[in-house]
Amino acid sequence: MTCDEAKILLHALLDNELDAGHAREVEAHIAGCPACAAELAAQRDMKRVLSDANLRYTAPDRLRARIEASLPQPQRQSLSRRSVLRGFAMGSAVSALAASGVVAVVLRQDDQQRVLSEVVSAHLRSLQAGHLTDVISTDQHTVKPWFNGKLDVAPPVIDLTAQGFTLVGGRLDYIDARAIGAVVYRRRQHVINLFVSQTSNTEYRAPKTETMQGFNCRRWGNRGLNFWAVSDIGADELAEFVDKFETAMKANVEG
Amino acid sequence: MPGTDDLQKAQRFREAALPYLDDVYTLARYLLRDASDAEDAVQECYLRALKHFDSYRGPAMKPWLFAILRNVCNAEYARRAHSHAAIEDTPGAAEQTPMWQETEASPETEVLRSRDAGAIRKLIDALAEPFKETFVLREINNLSYREIAEAVGAPVGTVMSRLARARAMLRAAWMAEEEHSR
Repeated sequence: MTCDEAKILLHALLDNELDAGHAREVEAHIAGCPACAAELAAQRDMKRVLSDANLRYTAPDRLRARIEASLPQPQRQSLSRRSVLRGFAMGSAVSALAASGVVAVVLRQDDQQRVLSEVVSAHLRSLQAGHLTDVISTDQHTVKPWFNGKLDVAPPVIDLTAQGFTLVGGRLDYIDARAIGAVVYRRRQHVINLFVSQTSNTEYRAPKTETMQGFNCRRWGNRGLNFWAVSDIGADELAEFVDKFETAMKANVEG
Repeated sequence: MPGTDDLQKAQRFREAALPYLDDVYTLARYLLRDASDAEDAVQECYLRALKHFDSYRGPAMKPWLFAILRNVCNAEYARRAHSHAAIEDTPGAAEQTPMWQETEASPETEVLRSRDAGAIRKLIDALAEPFKETFVLREINNLSYREIAEAVGAPVGTVMSRLARARAMLRAAWMAEEEHSR
């Protein structure tokens, strides 16, 4: 092997890119050649100094954001609402009155979205150690009186253990800057928070399921009360819970 | 509005290509020596990569992205060559031989002093192409010789000789600077 060959191959040796046969050949040459041995030592030294230094660059966040933004994006709900507004702003045939009606609807939706996010936050808070219940009892006759005097409304507390949802207790919580009752159930290892607040609207509003941050939230209104049931159980099980609850409550009222 | 296929493809692309953003950006910084040019080039690289993602057959994502980035950067070089202002500060043009020359190795081995990353980056920046990109791909982006050959579209033998020359030039420049600062 010539020195010219060795001066190239010694890099492959340093980088562990040579097969055993070639590695032996290069090593044999270096053993008998002080110049190539010095070059190998010099390059090994430089590699060491280089590996100590951080020579990489970190991509700025705005570049990441720019690339993300250039990828096809799933259509977001907030976007579609905004485009509804934009459509009205541009449609000259639409009267201002009708437009303001739409604005009210849009705002109400945003409001509901905000309350939903507060409900989910309250659910998350409740899962932290020691936050789940203020009163622990599987007995509805213990939980229900506990709420007395603490709220302007008496949340219905119904034992659903026989139906597969165990009552574990109650708690005071705050949603939309108001004190509100939370009745806590358990389904297997999953917690269900049932938030109850008073409303001036006595109309029945059918249950609707929404999803936020991986939690299902089923919301409905009945007898002047707003209900939000929040849990990480599946949407079908949560719907089952709400059905059982409503059925039991109806029986309580009529019975 | 994007269809489901597009969204799924975008998601697959995100998972496959975005983890290498820092690697691609690092190479772009060394090749273009300018932060905002590098950002533009990397964005263009990802756009092109997404466009050709359907025909991507692997095996390694990193060399594939680097190959695309090189094409983008070559277009940028061409643009700079046309713009008058850019000519003066573009190194690596054939007529600009570096002030250090590859020296015959002296038998005694001098140990290099550790330098801060900024000073080393400057030394690497000053290397001529195609030696610089080979060096960066190997030493900073940690590609194997075969992957470098794939990314730059040259035989492995060429990669080896370029790398040897790049390291010899870098060490010579490094030592010249130490000499100078003494």
